[in-house]
Order: sequence, then structure tokens, then C-alpha cells
Amino acid sequence: MAQTQAPVEAGAPERPGAQPPGRRARPGSTTTTGLIVKIVLLGLVLAIAIFAAFPLIEQGQWLGLALVVVVTALLFWIYLSPRRIPAKYLIPGTLFLLAFQVFPVLYTMSTAFTNFGDAHRGSKEDAIRAIEGASITKVEGSTDYRLAIATQGDPATGDIVFLLSDPETRASQVGTTDGLEPLPADGLQFSPENNITEAPGYTILSIGAAGAREEDLAEFSVPTADGAIVAAGLTRAFEGAPQRAYDEACDCIKDAETGQTWTADGGEGFFVDANGDNLAQGWQVNVGLRNFVDVVTDPLIAKYFFRTLVWNLAFAAITVAITFALGLLVAIVLNHERLKGQRIYRSLLILPYAMPAFAMLLLWRDMFNTDFGLINRLFNLEVNWFGEPLTAMAAVLLVQLWMGYPYMFLVCTGALQSIPGDLKEAASVDGAKPAYAFRTIIFPLLLVALAPLMIASFAFNFNNFNAIYMVSEGGPFPPDNPQIGATDILITYTYRLAFGAQGAQYGFAAAVSVFIFLIVAVISIVGFRRTRALEEVN
Amino acid sequence: MSEIIPPSETSEPIPIRTGTVPPDDQPRDVVRLGSAKGGWWRQVGWRHLVAWVALFFGLFPILFLISAAFNPLGTLSTSQLIPTGASLENFSRLFANTEYVNWYWNTLLIALLAGALSMFISACAAYAYSRFRFRGRRLGLLSLLLIQMFPQFLAIVTLYLMFSTISDYYPRIGFNTPWSLIILYLGGALGVNTWLMKGFLDTIPKDLDESARVDGATHAQIFFGIILPLITPILAVTGLLGFIAYVNEFLIANVFLTDPSSKTLAVGLWGLVAGERNNNFGVFAAGSVLAAIPIVLLFQVLQRYIVGGLTTGAVKG
Repeated sequence: MAQTQAPVEAGAPERPGAQPPGRRARPGSTTTTGLIVKIVLLGLVLAIAIFAAFPLIEQGQWLGLALVVVVTALLFWIYLSPRRIPAKYLIPGTLFLLAFQVFPVLYTMSTAFTNFGDAHRGSKEDAIRAIEGASITKVEGSTDYRLAIATQGDPATGDIVFLLSDPETRASQVGTTDGLEPLPADGLQFSPENNITEAPGYTILSIGAAGAREEDLAEFSVPTADGAIVAAGLTRAFEGAPQRAYDEACDCIKDAETGQTWTADGGEGFFVDANGDNLAQGWQVNVGLRNFVDVVTDPLIAKYFFRTLVWNLAFAAITVAITFALGLLVAIVLNHERLKGQRIYRSLLILPYAMPAFAMLLLWRDMFNTDFGLINRLFNLEVNWFGEPLTAMAAVLLVQLWMGYPYMFLVCTGALQSIPGDLKEAASVDGAKPAYAFRTIIFPLLLVALAPLMIASFAFNFNNFNAIYMVSEGGPFPPDNPQIGATDILITYTYRLAFGAQGAQYGFAAAVSVFIFLIVAVISIVGFRRTRALEEVN
Repeated sequence: MSEIIPPSETSEPIPIRTGTVPPDDQPRDVVRLGSAKGGWWRQVGWRHLVAWVALFFGLFPILFLISAAFNPLGTLSTSQLIPTGASLENFSRLFANTEYVNWYWNTLLIALLAGALSMFISACAAYAYSRFRFRGRRLGLLSLLLIQMFPQFLAIVTLYLMFSTISDYYPRIGFNTPWSLIILYLGGALGVNTWLMKGFLDTIPKDLDESARVDGATHAQIFFGIILPLITPILAVTGLLGFIAYVNEFLIANVFLTDPSSKTLAVGLWGLVAGERNNNFGVFAAGSVLAAIPIVLLFQVLQRYIVGGLTTGAVKG
């Protein structure tokens, strides 16, 4: 990238009317190469914008379209002007930052105040539709259709249509979300079961392809006068009417057969009956601070949350401490002018740092394997490393020590070598013992130099997802709470809340994320204050 | 973060950026730390011993990995620290049974492109913050400091929902594509690197760009022709650490890439040993050894920059 505009030669110097020294570059002073690059890049922006606009227009997403137009206009406004120079350098990164960090983070924080998650995904209307849809039973005397699931678009993404045929007469119809229409018999092929196997203009999905679109199918139905046609499996369909219907007057769901009613509870986002039992499908509501309060007060959660928080802090602190101690020790030992082979030692010692971390973490996990692992075989042990909390913690920390000490060794070596030699000499001339000189002179200087790195390392390890997830996966888990294990740190806990097998609790997971953020922010701010104070002292 | 190493008043060269000391750095006849009396063993010999112990601790897992990769039986239980035989069986199983080549290519594409681009856009932003004074500069810098504390992956749920929508409209940059991860990683670039690079840029005298400007150079010529070459060390370090971080990124990649051919090495190799530990171990080891090659090579090439870059405040991600 440097070559394209690097040579400081073209055009500009020969312009008449020298500017006052020290002033900004004159507006409009551009080189030919610069101009060409600018035109090409802006053309690219325009092309991307046009491509981005098409699907948005097609789907009528006017808000998205407006966003595309505004961003494109902003880019042109900034880069076509000879002024706004800082913006030219800031805008690429800032756009990405806003789109993929600031917006997601703010949105996450806002979901922390909702019950968003499984059973509370959509709006109340979505919930009503789902409840009504799930309660559909067959209309008396209606046809039992043979079904072929088809699409006019791509089999994996195109809009689904139902090709329905009468089991006796083969009279065929096509059902869309708009309703039923007759399907001309020309070119139709049928299976022995009278299912349509070929229809001009439609791609019929194979059983596998249809199975892959289970979620779309569950939502799909063809509206009719008496109710709707829904699929029963992948080859049959029937006309059904909902048993349960929403009644606006009482803001409740009524079951036509049993007469049972479930009243909407806006605080919980559920329809609840007189006994306090709720229907499975709810909707997303604002729950205020409840997620945060739950973290602290719900006995089962709070018990393990605080234990996890303590372990999380200890994990990060111990990791920094032991890696620093070992790294410093090796750095001091190797930092001796008469030691031969320093260079070789150094390039071999940093190898663990250069290896891909994910692979080494998985390797360590398998080395700790109870039955086949190298550690147990090598030392003739039969320890179930990840079966007990304490051994699991020890294993995780040992892996961290291995992963982290080469980094500390590198930075300690750098810092040691930057300490002026006369300081040590002066100390020895004054009769200070080496240990004393180290403790009172070298170590404080090292701390000043390395404290910011240690804080950064602490903050990194506080959220070191891979180190836990890939080695112990958070386990072992206590019998009364399968959500949060003994070596879980907050971030792995959050991940399990959101994506774990227990079902998604996005709102609660977001609340835990906010806690993590607050903790890291406080530690960083306090930490950096303290280091500035340290620096001033020296 | 500015340079935090105390300035030295000595006339000796302080090789902080190279990380090595010439053997005759200090005069020999001075009384030295820990060297009052004693023979070779007390002065130097034990240091070799400690170095060997540290080397053993550092290298035995790597040795085990290599040994397992060439272990003809390919199981965890038969893998030894010292190789008991050599065969390429694991490698051929790796290529035959998995989409390893795709994983490798995806990883290189994502990590190289995201590493280079995030280095570049952070350098641009750092240049603006270091060299220009404009409205919102202070606010922008402080916000970056704050944003940096909220790691991107904490918003994983929102990112997942965002990209489900993006996948519907633009499948080319949606789930199961390398582009989804590249543009996502670029979102985290500014927060991580801008302060570090700005600190480095601030140490480069402004007179350099002033004089170029008087000579009629445009801001782009100054940036590309003068500034970028001068900040090569920090560019190398942020680029390398970014590359490594993206190779190792697992959390988001694991959610975004579910199709076997779209996976990265981290996701793919994790999947290999997630279920079937014992039997796939040799194949996993073979894949890991191959995965390590480009990173170790890059590390060796850029080694001279690393110590300097690390001490200015870069943390491996």
C-alpha cells in the first residue's frame, strides 16, 4: 500500500503561490496517483452500495436502504472535499467500529433489561400466532391432502409453497401464504401415493431438503376460509382451525374445546391461567433490573455466581503472578553476559508463545486425560484431573503458566536490559548484596516498566474464554446446577447461558456481560491510575 | 500508552528494541551482581541447568505434539513423548477424512486479511489522532478507551442476530463465509490498536511532516511516504499479534461457521477432538503441527520487532 502514493514528486511542489509556512496543506492539492486511487475506491464504494441496495428494495426495507444511502453519501462528502482531512483517516475504522462493536454492545446492554431468550423471542403478536398455529386441529369433513413441498426459488432459501393434491381425484392446488389457487394439470407428475413429484415452474424439495427447512415449515400455513392448511409431516397436509384463539376483549387466549382461558401477563411476557401455569410460548417484555437482581439474589444463581466471580479474579491474578514470576526468574537467570548460547535459548523458549494457542490448549486437555493422557502415564498417576474442582483448577492454571511465561520472559528480558548498568554497579560498589540490590532497585524499576502490561494481561485473562472452554469446558459441574462449573469464568458462563444445551437465556446472559464489563472497566481504570502514580514516584 | 521504560543516562547502547545484548556489553573488571567469587559453576553453569529445565517445560508438549503427529497408530493412548515410529498415516487420514485444506485456506484468508486491514485502519486512525487537532478528538480517544474494555465477543448474542439478518439479505457475507468474520473482526480493530499506535506515532517528531508539508507534500503523501515507513516496527507487531489473535479466535467463529467446508482451523480441529478424543488424536496432532508452521515462521521473521513492540504495551490476544 505504501508504494501507490509514496513518491513525493508529482504536481504539488510546482504550484505557484507558496503557502505560509506551518499552515495546513492547501485545499485541493492532490497528486495524479492520489486522484486515481480516490476515484477507484469511491467507485468501489458506489458499486457496493448499489449491490447492497437491491435486496433491501426488494424486501421493502426502507430503513436499511436509508442507512446505505446515508453512509454512502457521508463517504462521498468526506472524500470529495479537500477539507475534513482527519475524517478521511478516521471514517473507515469508525464505521466498522460503530457497526460491529458499538451497536452490538449497546444492543446487548439493552437486552439485559428484557427477558429475551427461548420462549421470549418475538413480539406478543408472534406469540399469539404461534399459540394459535400450534393448536390447529383438523376441520371436520375436510380433505386429507397429499403434500409436496416446493419452491420457486433456491431450495435452501426460497419461499415455500405447498403443492396439494386430492388423494382420490388428483385435483391439484398450490398453496401460498396468500391462499389457495388451482394448479393446472398440464405437466404434473404423481407418485403412486398421488403426491405431486413434478410441476412446471416449481422445484420440489427432497425429503432431506425439506427436513432442513423445518423451522420455515413450522411457521408456514395456507390461510383458508375455515382456518388454514398445515403440513402433517412432509407428505400430507390437512385443513385445520385453531382450537385456541386470542380474544382482544379480555386480552386472553381461549380454548374453544375446554373453555380454559390464559390471560396475558405483561410483566412476565406469558399467557397465564388461573392456576398460575403459563403457555410455553411467551413474548419479549421489559423486565427492568430483574436480571441484574437475579444474579445477586436468586439463591441458586447467586451462590455459584459469587464463587465464579472469585475464581475468575483469582484465575486472572494467579495467571499473571505465576507467569510473571517464572518469566522473570528465567529472564534474570539467562541475562548474564558470560552465558553462552543465550540467543538459542531465547528463540527456543519463546516457541510456546508462537505455537497456535487453540491447538496447544486442546493438546494440554488431552495430556490431562485420565485414561490415556501423557501426564498420568508419565508420572504413573491416576488422577481424574477434570473430575475434581481443585485438580481441574490446578490443571487450568498449569496450562496458563505454560502458555504465558514465554511472553513474560520476553518483556522481562527487554525491561531488564533497559535498566542502566551503572545502577547495579553503584549498588555493588556501595556494598549492597545482590539480593538486596535486586529487591530495592531492579525489581521496583521492573514493576514500573511492566505494570501496565501486567494490568493488560490481567484484563485479557479475565476474559480468556479459550483457556477455560478448550481445556476444562468449565467443569466439573456441581450436581445442583449444570449451568455453572467449578472452573467456569464469567465469559464461559455467559456463553453457556446464551448458547448452551439448557436453552437460550439471552437477556440474562447480557446482564452477566454487563457485570463483566463493569468489573473489567473498574480494574483497568484503577490499575492505570495506580501505575501512573507509580511512575510519578520514580 | 507511552514509552514507560525509564530513559537511560549511560553512554552504553541500551538494546531494548532488539532484545539481545552484545556479549561485551559491560566492562569486565567491575564487581557484578552475583559474581563476587566462585568458579564457572557458581557463575554460569547453574544458569545452563535452569535454562535446560525451562526448555524442557516449554518444549515437552510441543515434542509430544510432533511425536503424536507421526505416531503410526494415531491414538492418544499410544502416543509417547519420544516417537516410537514414524509414519505419515495421520497426515493422509487428515487430508482424506476432513476438509483440512479448506480450513487452512479459510484461516489464512481470514487471519491475513483481517490482520493486515485492521493494522491499516488503526494506523490511519492513529495518524489522525496524533497529527490533527479537530472537534471531538478528545471524546473520540476517550470513547475508544472505554469501548476497548468491552470485548466484542461479549456481544456475541447480538452479533449472532445481526448476522442472521445479514445472511438473509447478503448470503455472501453471511454465516459460513470468511467475509462475515473479516468484517466483524475489523469492528474490533480500532479499540485494540489505536492507542498503542498513537503512542508510538507521538514519539515521531512532528517537524518531519511539517517540513514535508512546506515542501508541498499532501497529507496522503506524508502518511504513506513518511509516517508508515517510520512506524514499521509497531505495524509489524500489531499485524503479527492481530494475525495470531484471528488464527486463535474460536468463540465467534464457532458460532458463525457451522458448514464443514467453511470452518477455520480452530473450529475444525476442535470439532475433531470434541467427540472422539482418543482415536482422532493423531490426526488432530498432524493438523496442529501443520497449522503451527506459518505462525512460527512469521514469529521468527518478525522476532526482532516483537520485544520492542511488546514492551510498548501490546498484549497477545
